[in-house]
Order: sequence, then structure tokens, then C-alpha cells
Amino acid sequence: MNNPQLNKNGELQHLLTTEGLSAAILLNILDTAESFVGVTERDVKKVPLLRGKSIFNLFFEPSTRTRTTFEIAAKRLSADVVNLNIAVSSQSKGETLLDTVNNLSAMHADMFVVRHSQSGAAHLIARHVRPEIHVINAGDGRHAHPTQGLLDVFTIRRYKPDFRNLRVAIVGDILHSRVARSQIHALTTLGVPEVRVIAPKTLLPSKVERLGVHVYHEMEHGLKDVDVLMMLRLQSERMLSARLPSTEEYFKYYGLTQERLALAKRDAIVLHPGPMNRGVEIDSAVADGKQSVILPQVTFGIAVRMAVMSILAGN
Amino acid sequence: MKKIIRSGRIIDPRSGTDAIMDVFIAAGKIVGLGESPHGFHANREIDASNMIVCPGLVDLSARLREPGFEYKATLESEMAAAVAGGITSLACPPDTDPVLDEPGLVEMLKHRARSLNQAHVYPVGALTQGLKGERLTEMAELRDAGCVAFGQSNMPLPNIRVMMQAMQYASTFGFVVWLRPQDMNLADGGVAHDGEVATRLGLPPVPVCAETVALANIILMTRETGARVHLCRISSAEGVAMIRAARQQGLPITCDVSANHIHLSEMDIGFFNSNCHLIPPLRALGDRDALRAGLLDGTIDAICSDHAPVDEDHKLLPFAEAEAGATGMELLLPLALKWGAEKKAPLAQVLAKITAEPARILGVEAGYLSLGATADLCIFDPEQYWKVEATALKSQGKNTPFLGMELPGRVKYTLINGNIVHEG
Repeated sequence: MNNPQLNKNGELQHLLTTEGLSAAILLNILDTAESFVGVTERDVKKVPLLRGKSIFNLFFEPSTRTRTTFEIAAKRLSADVVNLNIAVSSQSKGETLLDTVNNLSAMHADMFVVRHSQSGAAHLIARHVRPEIHVINAGDGRHAHPTQGLLDVFTIRRYKPDFRNLRVAIVGDILHSRVARSQIHALTTLGVPEVRVIAPKTLLPSKVERLGVHVYHEMEHGLKDVDVLMMLRLQSERMLSARLPSTEEYFKYYGLTQERLALAKRDAIVLHPGPMNRGVEIDSAVADGKQSVILPQVTFGIAVRMAVMSILAGN
Repeated sequence: MKKIIRSGRIIDPRSGTDAIMDVFIAAGKIVGLGESPHGFHANREIDASNMIVCPGLVDLSARLREPGFEYKATLESEMAAAVAGGITSLACPPDTDPVLDEPGLVEMLKHRARSLNQAHVYPVGALTQGLKGERLTEMAELRDAGCVAFGQSNMPLPNIRVMMQAMQYASTFGFVVWLRPQDMNLADGGVAHDGEVATRLGLPPVPVCAETVALANIILMTRETGARVHLCRISSAEGVAMIRAARQQGLPITCDVSANHIHLSEMDIGFFNSNCHLIPPLRALGDRDALRAGLLDGTIDAICSDHAPVDEDHKLLPFAEAEAGATGMELLLPLALKWGAEKKAPLAQVLAKITAEPARILGVEAGYLSLGATADLCIFDPEQYWKVEATALKSQGKNTPFLGMELPGRVKYTLINGNIVHEG
């Protein structure tokens, strides 16, 4: 089976998932992002790499943060950006996903950034667009959110450059999390020897260990001696679907507090993809504490998205 | 019109016949096997040398999409697909629109099907009104209109009391209840087997226990009510083991599997191939192997096509939103042959799974060759491979996980009531 993300020369054609990409491709994205961190810190935060290119943000599911970071990234590359919140336009008029995409392709788009509530939506679009169009998955169902996974490993690399000696724990709702899946594939591909997932059994998908992770159900064991803690957002629906009794009990057993953080290595860092639920999955003292790298994640997110866009446009 | 089918290898699983001989047909019946009836003069000769002549295939689950879903397929297109696949008798599930829960609808469908002079259509009536799982249908009236059994198709039977009473009522008249075991709550929202692939792709899962929990209830209710039950499209290794145990205890249970599930597994979903979105979901390799073994040891009686043509628009969607189902009637024989070749099963046993056994489950006079029997025949070349592609399929549904694959077994002639209804 051909990898739908690569062109016939083995170069990145679309970014749909971090799974199935080589370490070389992932490292190229991270290294390219390093060069853009400088751009984002300058007075004039713009480079002309994508001048004249049209990037369409297709958001079939509402999201302000992710859409905004993609928009900023595209604008810093001097691309023209069109934002479409399709959740409230054509889909409600009965237009199919591919109809929408075909219409926009006819407007000479160069790149689609796609967010959709269904797993596989970005793959479907990538399979049906004209060959000169690139697709970036900005989150599809529970499946993947590759730029988030990449910005997380980028952030880790900034603080912990040697991946060969890292112990990483991902904590929370792994079952519903596209972020967790993208983090796991990126970390394991880049050679992190130990990736743990920590969650109650109701928030873990079956056979998750096949993704190459170690499964823990208790924070006390799972956090011991880890270098990196990646917290996940807990959606309130999980209480309604009888997966958890209450946010209070969740916080009591799985929330990240200063005491629990002390189980990890002394210099461990804490990540969160945002938006945070303070007092549910993370205590404010940790979120705002000195081990937190949550705000740098947001900054690096722009550089990583610039890197992905420029690499795709170059291919 | 009198016909001779010359020099074919006649395989009749029911009688155990397996010999090269001629078949003589007159007035829609088989009037001679091997020996010519006195003074027989044929109007047409069919040369079947190097071909196999077997009873016309009997398919236990073929959706014809009429009434209600003519944009997906029509009776004309799907009946042409049936005979192109060598199928001469088929059972259609009640999940049409409107649902087959009234005698008038069943009579109309039977009439429409008869007027096409193609495969014999045996409707499975709805077990409950509107398939809602609440009130019983008029089963006896529906039987008089032509229904051969009663089921819920893929709709759940959420209330176990209704299930028990439906089984009691059906067994009062000796009707067989067809159920596909799946617990609606455990399967809720799921679209793929709860395993490694669903976890990787982030697809909502259907756990194996959705099948086994429902199966346990059905088996208990079979014991309780004495009803005869046919289990449709079993999907898991544990399910096969439970059925094997239940049958060893002598419970009146039969069972089928879809032709897709004896070859494919969750791995075939690949990168969200919506042609692999099926009901029940494709499960793990171990489940597939157990289905193949269960078929061989007789735990599973029959292979059905589970024909469900879906139009392109409803497949070109993200996996979970894409409509479940695959076109299947034209692949039933090739996929059965492929299973048989891979498991080294005798050809007569392979053909039994798609002729004599499903006919026995349906309780209809079909699926056998003998003197005086209706001349419903399938003549095929077992050595000829053909490529599954949209243009090669008569069905209006072109969606199948086997697109692009080469499969063995090409139907050359299909005869119904002695008439040639398909020449390939």
C-alpha cells in the first residue's frame, strides 16, 4: 500500500498523520521549524516563501486556537489565507465534503488545512484533490493532529535534546485523543525509548500497547522518574457517557498537582495542548509553575506550522 | 424448449453426485442425468466440457434495495447481478422502505420479482413492526404472502422480553427467527472492530462482546422457547465457539457468515477504505481464521453474499459516515471457491455452503440436482480468473473491498426453470 502522505519521490506531499513517516522527514520538519523560530522573534515577522500561494483553512469543526495559529503561520510566510467555517455553511445546506473541496479547488487553492470531526476526513480529501494541492490535517476525529504532535516533540527537543534517554508520560483521555496518537507516533519514530500512557481503563483504547507504549493506571507508578509529562484535555462529555464519575474524582486521582509532579525527575517538563481545564487535569500551580512549557508550546506551534507549510510548498 | 448440457462435471452436494455426464432438460425440469430420456431431441446444446455444473446458488442475504432505495439499486439491476453470479434463489432482508412488515408489500415484491423471470426471491419478513423491536408483525399472514422466515436485519431487538415473545410466537407456527447477534448498547456508534486498527485510526469501536453478549441471550432464549433460530453473519472467534457449543447441546440453531468476512480482516481497512466499512465489522485475523475453520467443521452452515449495494456518494465520505455494505452477489461463488482452495476443502463441500445448505436453512426446494428437480443451474469455469472492477459488475453497487483483485470462478451460464438467464 502506498503511503498517501508521500509523493512518488518519497517527499512529503500531505501531512495527515505522524504515523508512517520516517525519522528523517520528522527531523527535517523540526529543523526547518528551528529556523523559523528566529523569524517569529524578529520585528518584521515575515518571510516571502509562500508569496502568491493561497491557503484555505477548512474547519468543519469549530476551533479558534488551531485555526488562528495556522493563519498566523501562513501569513508569516506571506501566503494569502482564506478561512472557512464550514460547520456553519455548506454542510448544513447538504453539500458533501468532496463537493466543498472540489469547489474550493476550482478557486486555485494551493493548500488545504483541514479540521473535521470524523477520523479519516483529511485522508479522504487528500485522495481526491488535484495532485498539485497539499493537505494538512489540523485534526480529524480521534485519529490524528500531526502539527500538534510535532510541536510537542519540537518543544521537548528544545528542553531535552537527547531523545535516546527520555521517559515520557502521556496522561488522560487517550481513547478520544488525536493529540495523544500523534504524540505517540512522533516520539516512538524519533527513538524515545519509553513512552507511557496513564489513564483509567475507560479512557484507554483497546490494544493501545500495540502502538509501542507502556500502560499505567496510577499516577504514582506512571510518573516515577519521567522526564516529560504530556497532559491531555478532559472533555466534560466523558461524565455523560459514564466513562468517569466526576471531574472532582478525576482530579483527585489523575490531576497533575505539585505533589505528583515531584514523583517525576526534578527537571521534568510539563506540556498541555490547550485549552486547559484548571483543576480538572492540571492544577494552576503546575500550569503556571517553573516546569511548565505550555506557553512556549504555543509559540513553537507557529514555527512548526510554518515549517510544514514551507516544506509542502517546496515539494 | 429442450436442452442438453454436454460433458460438464456435475456436482450435486445433496446427493453426493460428482461425475462427468450430460444433463437433459425439458419443461423447466431435469429429465435426465447421464442417460438421455427416450426420444429426447434438444433445441439447444450447451457445451460444458471443462466446466462445473452445479445447482443454482442460494444466497441468504441479498438486498435488492426495492422498495425505497432505488437510487442505490433497482430490482432489475440486482436481479441481473444475481444471475451473473449464478444465484437462482435469494433471500432478501426486510430493511426496505417501507419495511417488509405487511403482506401487501411482500406480495408486491414477489410479483415484481416474478415478472422479471429471474432468480426466485424469498423475502424474510420483519419480526417486529417497522423493525422497531416493539410490536410483533402478522407473521402468519406474512408467511401466506410469501415470507420464509422473520428477522430484524441489522436493526436491534433491545427488549429481551420482546425477543422471547417473538421467538415463542414464531415457533408456534414453526417459523424460523433470523437474528444477527449484536448488542445495541455495546456497539453504539461503533464502525470498526475494537482492536489495533481502530485504535490506530481513531475509529469508534465495536467490541467482540457486542456479538457474544447478544449471542448468549439468543442461545438462552432458544433454549427457553424452543424456537428455531438462524444466526446471521457471525463475525468473531468467540462467537463461533459459542455456537459450536450450543449446537453440540442439540439446540436448533443454524448459522451463516458473509463471504467478505472469511477473507478479510481489520487490516484491510488500510487508510480508511470505506469499502471495508461493513456490518458486522471486519475483525482480527484470528477471528477470520476461526470463521474459516467453523465453516469447514460445519459450525457455520452457509456463506452468504450479504449483498448491499451502496451508491458512490454514500461511500465517498469519511469512514464512519460512509454507508456500510458492499456489493456481493457476483462475488459469492468466487469467494467461496477461494476459501475452499485455501482450506483444501472438497469442491462438493464448498458448493454445499452456497447451494444445498442455504436452501435447507430457507426450507425451500432449491439447491440440488436430481431427476424431476427444477432446472435451476449454475455452470462455471473454476479455472478462469477474472478481475473485480466496476465495469465487470452488473450490480448498480460497485463498492466492494475486492475491487482490483483477481478471483477464480467465472459463471458461464445460469439457468432458471430451464431457461438460460445469463451467458457469460
